[in-house]
Amino acid sequence: MFYIYCPHCGEHREEEEFHAKGQAHLARPLDPDNCTDHEWGEYLYMRKNPRGLHHEIWIHATGCRKFFNMTRDTVSYEIKEVYKIGERPSVVAAS
Amino acid sequence: MSDIIAPTKQAAVEAASVETVALMDQLAGTDIRAESPLYHADLATVAKQGPKAGGVTLQEHKLLGHLVIRGSQDNAGFLAGARAVLGFDLPTQPLTAAEDGTLSVRWIAPDEWLVILPGREAFELENRLREAMSGHVAIVNVSGGQTVLELSGPNARAVLKKSTPYDVHDRNFPVGKVVTTVFAKSQAVIRRTGEQNWELVIRRSFADYLWLWLQDASAEFGLVIKD
Amino acid sequence: MSQKNRLASGGRVDRAKALNFSYNGRQYPGFEGDTVASALLANGVDIVGRSFKYSRPRGIIAAGAEEPNAVLQVGSTEATQVPNVRATQQSLFNGLVCSATNGWPNADLDLMGYVGKVGGRMMPPGFYYKTFMYPQSLWETYEKFIRKAAGLGRSSTERDPDMYDKVNHHCDLMIVGAGPAGLAAALVAARSGARVILADEQSEFGGSLLDTRETLNGRPAAEWVATVVAELKQHPEVLLLPRSTVNGYHDHNFLTIHERCTDHLGDQAPAGQVRQRMHRVRANQVVLATGAHERPLVFGNNDVPGCMQAAAVSTYINRYAVVPGKELVLMTTNDHAYQAALDWHDAGRKVVAIVDTRQNPKGDRIDAARSRGLKIIAGSGVIEVQGSKRVTGVSIAPLNAAGDALAGSVERLSCDTVASSGGWSPVIHLSCHTGSRPEWRDDVIGFVPGKTVQKQHCAGGINGTYGLKAVLEEGARAGAAACEAAGFGDAAKGISLPLAEKVREGKAMALFHIPHTKPTSRAPKQFVDYQNDVTAAGIELATREGFESIEHVKRYTAMGFGTDQGKLGNINGMAVAAKSLNQTIPQTGTTIFRPNYTPVTFGAVAGRDCGALFDVNRFSAMHKWHVANGALFEDVGQWKRPWYFPQGGETMQQALDRECKATRESVGILDASTLGKIDIQGKDAREFLARVYTNAWAKLPVGKCRYGLMCGEDGMVFDDGVTSCLADNHFLMTTTTGGAARVLEWLELYHQTEWPELEVYFSSVTDHWATMTISGPNARKLLSELTDLDLDRDTFKFMDWRQGDVAGVPARVFRISFTGELSYEINVQANYGLHVWEKLFEHGAKYNLTPYGTETMHVLRAEKGFIIAGQDTDGSVTPIDLGMSWCVSNTKPFSYIGKRGMAREDCVRTDRKHLVGLKTRDPKVVIPEGAQAVNDPKQPIPMTMLGHVTSSYYSANLGHSVAMGFVRNGHNRMGETVFYPLADGRVIEAEICNPVFLDPKGERQNV
Repeated sequence: MFYIYCPHCGEHREEEEFHAKGQAHLARPLDPDNCTDHEWGEYLYMRKNPRGLHHEIWIHATGCRKFFNMTRDTVSYEIKEVYKIGERPSVVAAS
Repeated sequence: MSDIIAPTKQAAVEAASVETVALMDQLAGTDIRAESPLYHADLATVAKQGPKAGGVTLQEHKLLGHLVIRGSQDNAGFLAGARAVLGFDLPTQPLTAAEDGTLSVRWIAPDEWLVILPGREAFELENRLREAMSGHVAIVNVSGGQTVLELSGPNARAVLKKSTPYDVHDRNFPVGKVVTTVFAKSQAVIRRTGEQNWELVIRRSFADYLWLWLQDASAEFGLVIKD
Repeated sequence: MSQKNRLASGGRVDRAKALNFSYNGRQYPGFEGDTVASALLANGVDIVGRSFKYSRPRGIIAAGAEEPNAVLQVGSTEATQVPNVRATQQSLFNGLVCSATNGWPNADLDLMGYVGKVGGRMMPPGFYYKTFMYPQSLWETYEKFIRKAAGLGRSSTERDPDMYDKVNHHCDLMIVGAGPAGLAAALVAARSGARVILADEQSEFGGSLLDTRETLNGRPAAEWVATVVAELKQHPEVLLLPRSTVNGYHDHNFLTIHERCTDHLGDQAPAGQVRQRMHRVRANQVVLATGAHERPLVFGNNDVPGCMQAAAVSTYINRYAVVPGKELVLMTTNDHAYQAALDWHDAGRKVVAIVDTRQNPKGDRIDAARSRGLKIIAGSGVIEVQGSKRVTGVSIAPLNAAGDALAGSVERLSCDTVASSGGWSPVIHLSCHTGSRPEWRDDVIGFVPGKTVQKQHCAGGINGTYGLKAVLEEGARAGAAACEAAGFGDAAKGISLPLAEKVREGKAMALFHIPHTKPTSRAPKQFVDYQNDVTAAGIELATREGFESIEHVKRYTAMGFGTDQGKLGNINGMAVAAKSLNQTIPQTGTTIFRPNYTPVTFGAVAGRDCGALFDVNRFSAMHKWHVANGALFEDVGQWKRPWYFPQGGETMQQALDRECKATRESVGILDASTLGKIDIQGKDAREFLARVYTNAWAKLPVGKCRYGLMCGEDGMVFDDGVTSCLADNHFLMTTTTGGAARVLEWLELYHQTEWPELEVYFSSVTDHWATMTISGPNARKLLSELTDLDLDRDTFKFMDWRQGDVAGVPARVFRISFTGELSYEINVQANYGLHVWEKLFEHGAKYNLTPYGTETMHVLRAEKGFIIAGQDTDGSVTPIDLGMSWCVSNTKPFSYIGKRGMAREDCVRTDRKHLVGLKTRDPKVVIPEGAQAVNDPKQPIPMTMLGHVTSSYYSANLGHSVAMGFVRNGHNRMGETVFYPLADGRVIEAEICNPVFLDPKGERQNV
């Protein structure tokens, strides 16, 4: 049971108020019609499953109904930061 | 009743939204029976015949006008229009509320507020807001879809603690604060209106479930129904 | 009957309050303040169960949550049965009824024992691993046998009469354990003004202070406990929870506490009271002051009743005034356990000998034993116990300095009780729950909590700190540190701790397994895990068979399984494995624990979410009418929707036939309020719709409605509905009943993350509008009696909507149809829903206005070939597969959601499964939904399946069955025959046809 800081409400809330919506920063291709099947398949299905830092998109579903991004450690379940849609993470995995 | 309200104003640019939405006074005459979401529970009779003292008091504030207002805080014409009509600023601080007499406004999201006022005043307020506000805004009448419950008394907080995982302690939930959160297996907009008073805005279709839930959760403290 | 082991004075029991209880059908006396375990020992009950595998008699060995044997079935009636209750944790009350859970037919005379003795190899180590792998079909047989043998108890077959509930808490400090460390931490925290919760699994706060002989400020330690508890009660922000086990420590400092509110009062909670409560706590800081469990030593026949933990012996004597035997032999590796012998002696019973594994023990307690004249045999160990149902004596032998071999001849001593202590194992369970790996410390001879990401502080025994003074200091420090971290730093300074005695202690010896004259495999059974009958020999066998990882050893032997979860056995098991593998304990591995710490009842897990409150039931504004008119209901998501309205003694089919015919012949009415409704406003609303629906929206005029299909990016249909243009920048979207929340979140997802530049707002208005659809040739006549709207067919056309009054209520009326009949969908503010509904019936009698539910709706739409998203789609079908290419635009400028997906290579194949109509050869036969089509029913199994039936009904209007289903390449096989072989042997023959069975030109809805 996570305790999640909603960047829009400005405070922590219980996990049951949120829905996880998968990997963050997946931009829809600007010109889908000219993507190859392979490129479209990458966008549609290929997801990261890192051990460690992961950027995810969540929605404060039973709250302000706003989506936001979360950087979370998939091993320790620590939430490193949350940031609004359109912003970039300040905590990233060393590559 | 008229059909869709035709664009009556002559193309003032800032009033564009008035011309492009379907305004509708949805209220019937007072001779027509209107049933609040808890009408079937006959709270008036329960109030008359039920216990008069107990740790928790429940009252339905029924058939009020509920308006959802949407707009960007970057839109000066939106904020100014709201101020001009309401007489005060929309509460832009998250989780805050503002009220004046019988009209109250709750922050729901950075671009969403819930206004509650006497039911017969909702349509006029909607019109005035639409007149006064400019740019990208939306107003949605949701009066039929929700109702207001007031939970009060020395054990009201204990009932809340059984019902919501949100922290309802004085230090986290002072009078005036408003949160949308989980309530039992449903949800509610909870506003603290007094030391021992809490307002719950709940959805119509969940009302019966929550009525059952609140009766059950209050049972050990004694539940008083107020009409 | 007298309590033969009860002392005349002392202890914390109330001799003025005598209680009676029943164990295995016999009555026994006890006192208030007893646990069931202390009362059983007071009465000299030796055997409390039979062991899992070997069916050996077992007695009580511990005094707390770590007790592995005394796991009882409690309850005086069928309805109040509770399995797996630890006798050491259950407070005694008058009339308590309990029995041993294992032992067949009973614990004293156990037929299974013969099986165990005769066929001792029947369940060797690896039993689970080897036997249950195959054949799977025998599992049910094994399961019954093992359940009976394993003593897992049984749950009640009747409804639990008690009430359970859940409460949510938030606090600055959650302190687990109210022993000396926890109390010191709580005192600091309480005075700081922080919000504190202090929970302890025992009935009284104090932990070890309740049975220690050590003093605080020169007074009995329990007096200090009373003072502290009294002060804590005065602090308004402190919540004290005795009888409350913190069972789970979850992510981000979320903890679950199982409080047994009335279990100590009786079989059933007093009227109106909650029996057990689950506290769900979100804590800013957590202080773990969970103490330590004494570790028994592993030696031959160490499970014979009369073998106990040394500390438990002290607890029973000092706290409960019970001496569980007459003649004691104590074996110890450390100073602390001497206390058991001192207490035994001081209680007036005989200490036969103290067998110390160390060569030269020195310390205050050793001196105290010597001054009492107790016999100390240093450098020796108990290698074996004699006796079967009770200890009758022991064999002792000198050990070498390392303790891994015997160094002299065996001597026998007579006794009836053997206390053993291998030192202490910190109770690190909770710290492990969040994934932290514990760390071995040689100086502690045990695991302590390792690194964690939680805001967690540990104090006292859990850290391997055992001296009372040090424990108090650590508790206060942890409390202060937690306060500071929680923002109460300044207030946490300067509490004075009580003065503890200085006790000189010698070094403990790291010894776990006492050698025997015979090799381990031949020696009498040396138990490591009592509850699962795991022996040292079993662990050695596991390592010999190649199971070198401790995780594999655990699964091979079942060590640490069951309700016990290895509280006593895990470290000894690892030590035996390490010795066998010739490596250190940390090299062998570590031990990790998962929630829950002790078993939790289902009642506490469920709380109030049972019976009528089990799940949400959502109702429309007209629900009361449906109930009054005899509707049967169907669950659609959380909604209760009328299914059908039987009259008189009608069968379901008769009711459906009547409802269907009445609608097509005159007029029917459906409560459609549950459909999802989303209000969409903004100048880009139209553009947004064009991007999320597959068809065109650019030119839909005000006053018009349009059907749309919604796809995922993969091109698969996931929802559908009608959206109406209310004004140029204002639309009302409808969704399926079950899809409402999902669709709204979908729209928000794309708006917020992909196209925030589009000016549009979405709001749910599902609950705001009551929606009723009148459908049938007389719908217009009926509505005309109640409205001022012009219903002329040419001014209010099919797929138009109008605003006007209906029954005196402002309404939006949509001329849309899901039945193929002339239909009007009337929407009014829900507060007026029932009024309008009733007015329609007042006027509808002359038209035989017939209410119908979801089932008739399904039949009527199936006659028309209309799909239901979620029934005729399953996330793997495109609009083209559904034969709905008319609803797909390829000319829209924006590449809408689903367009690219539909163009993938696999989606443009022409031989995909297509949705088609199915006409059975025998018109009366209805194909079961889910049946699979094949070309040749005589082909060998497994047959080549072509697709399944999605919707299938009998149509009273048409006089034959109607069905829709998927058939591979079906759109190109019109008129061909497919077969549906059923499980019962029948084969149904059907012709592939157009799914529109009725009025293919759509004339009825246009009248």
